[in-house]
Amino acid sequence: MLRLDGLKVTQGTFELVADVAFERGRCTALIGPSGAGKSTALAAIAGFVPLTRGRIIWCDEDLSDLAPGERGMSMLFQDGNVFPHLTVFQNVALGLSPQLRLDADMKRRVHAALERVGLAGMGGRKPSALSGGQIARVALARSLAQACPIMVLDEPFAALGPALKIEMLSLVQEVAVDTNATVLMVSHDPDDAKRIADNCALVADGVVSAPVPKSEFFDNPPPALRAYLGT
Amino acid sequence: MAKRVFSVKPTSILGGAVASLILFLVLGTLGAVIWRADDIAGLSTYDWAAVRFTVFQAFLSALLSVTLAIPVARALARRRFWGRGALITLLGAPFILPVIVAVLGLISVFGRSGIVNEFLSVFGIDPVSIFGLRGVLIAHVFFNLPLATRLLLQGWLSVPSERFRLAASLNFDARAMFMRVEMPMLRDVIPGAFMLIFLICTTSFAVALTLGGGPKATTIELAIYQAFRLDFNLGKAALLAIIQFGISAAAAGLAYWVSAPSGIGAGLDRNVKRFDRSARWIDATVIAAASLFLILPLTMILLRGLPMILSLPTAVWLSALRSVWVALMSTGLAVFAGLSLALWIVRAQRIGAGIIEGIGYLTIAASPLVMGTGLYLILFPFVNPFDVALLVTAVVNAAMALPFLLRGLVPALRDAELHFGRLADSLGMQGWARVRYLLIPRARRALGFGAGLAAALSMGDLGVIALFSDGSAQTLPLQLYALMSAYRMEQAAAAALVLVALSLLLFWIFDRGGRTDA
Repeated sequence: MLRLDGLKVTQGTFELVADVAFERGRCTALIGPSGAGKSTALAAIAGFVPLTRGRIIWCDEDLSDLAPGERGMSMLFQDGNVFPHLTVFQNVALGLSPQLRLDADMKRRVHAALERVGLAGMGGRKPSALSGGQIARVALARSLAQACPIMVLDEPFAALGPALKIEMLSLVQEVAVDTNATVLMVSHDPDDAKRIADNCALVADGVVSAPVPKSEFFDNPPPALRAYLGT
Repeated sequence: MAKRVFSVKPTSILGGAVASLILFLVLGTLGAVIWRADDIAGLSTYDWAAVRFTVFQAFLSALLSVTLAIPVARALARRRFWGRGALITLLGAPFILPVIVAVLGLISVFGRSGIVNEFLSVFGIDPVSIFGLRGVLIAHVFFNLPLATRLLLQGWLSVPSERFRLAASLNFDARAMFMRVEMPMLRDVIPGAFMLIFLICTTSFAVALTLGGGPKATTIELAIYQAFRLDFNLGKAALLAIIQFGISAAAAGLAYWVSAPSGIGAGLDRNVKRFDRSARWIDATVIAAASLFLILPLTMILLRGLPMILSLPTAVWLSALRSVWVALMSTGLAVFAGLSLALWIVRAQRIGAGIIEGIGYLTIAASPLVMGTGLYLILFPFVNPFDVALLVTAVVNAAMALPFLLRGLVPALRDAELHFGRLADSLGMQGWARVRYLLIPRARRALGFGAGLAAALSMGDLGVIALFSDGSAQTLPLQLYALMSAYRMEQAAAAALVLVALSLLLFWIFDRGGRTDA
């Protein structure tokens, strides 16, 4: 269980509070209008934004004071998920060793991850030689190689076309199952959540509500969500 | 609270060491000069004349450069013609052109037996001398007209094209366009350009050494050189050094205050679509005249020097080798120092970053001659300063190149942190891994360009080496100066050609290195 324990984040005049728990091994989607605090919530969980108060607990371990790289989370950002100056192989390998000191086993794992996402043989290329979908695959391959207990997705596929996005989401699902990861994702598009999430949590007016099963969430939407969805 | 996400220590130590070294080079050497001055008597009228001349010529140089740049920049902004891109590139060239080479070229155009005087003599007009204030101004305008043009051109290209469209729909004529659209832009851009050029011209040494001199045309830098080299009057050198520092610091402060625009590295190949009609021949004349002024001196060197190049004495080639070595050493030092400081600046908090950056830019206001004199005094008890002349030259050149490196590096590193910092954090890339796999690769272009500038500036520098050299370990610029002083003009032209070729080659190699594979 990933618990946000009395969490409060302050950014200028904006405040976000969260007192919720996310089920282990499940995929939870944070849904809500823009500016409501979805990305801020993820940034706080991942360690990029200091907490004003409260704690982040993963399986009895307090993550609140750990650097982003020490939290056991793999990140997929909105953009800038790969370093354009490094090769595909290096980009994936950084997930295993930030110093790029790789033993034979690590190299094998990088190649396996690339193969799993359909990029076998492309390790030597630079991102500039890849398509948008392939770049997303590189980032997913890294998450796969990292095999972190938590995957955090901040709308990484927003720039992709609908068909490609669906493909990527199912790949995320496969990676999550392969690595037995707990997934937290932010999305503007309720369809994304319907496709891969187990649970949904509403983020509105600076408050993260408790996650509920997706069917319940969409069948009987809370008023703030209804306003957002326009139903 | 989230912790600072990367270890700060090694960068602070390295950056701190470099910052201390800069402070020592700028202020410590000044202190050494003051310390060793036995008696600081007042300045003679000759020295005061130097102070007045320094400010006066810098003011006139800036005024002339900026005024002449207005029509040139306007013509470049509103015309499209074959060779426009090449001309704009050429406008960047004087920056890496060795001063002594330009001076030689200008002498062959404006000198006693130069083209201009030959032409005048046809009409029975007495030859006009290039030495004295006139020569200093011609040389300074030669170097700074292109800089001013680039700065103003940036201003022109920053005017939104919608404004020109609106002006066209209001049926503005050329005069109305100038008053309503161009003038307001110039009011913003000119003060910065003027102060920047004024600042550059206050520390003029090589131009004053070659074209100036005497009670009427001696700059403070030249007076420091003379006080040290001819009279060994340290008290006077110290006093002049303090005045020089004061003037440069005041000019730098003013330039910063009016926010001097950056004249290097920006894309100027855009061309604004203009609707107003203005006389084409004016722009054509302006562009032709400016091009001629820039190209003619270098062409003269090429024509006179090329036939002599293979018969240059071995001493010239040896000094060329020495200069390349100094330039490479200086570039290495500048890159190391620039990177250390820039990494520290990027990781420091707001105010701290500002202070460190300020230290890095301190050498803009510093005088290389003062640094040289101070280092001489500090080294004198331990080693024969003449033995370390080349090393000292490399160190001082590196310090002078540092601001140019920082100017490119700091934004590049900030940009890398902005776009990829979180990704690097989430992957736990800290310390050396972050520097090696994120920061240096993202700063490659800036690093290559900055290193190229540092190499070219050092290659062509005629400053500190003039203080230190005993005639045996000469660099190529100094060798060239010796040839000119001996009136061996054909050989000088050939040596100048070698110097310019090596400067451009070094710049090209480094700049190129930063571009490949990026």
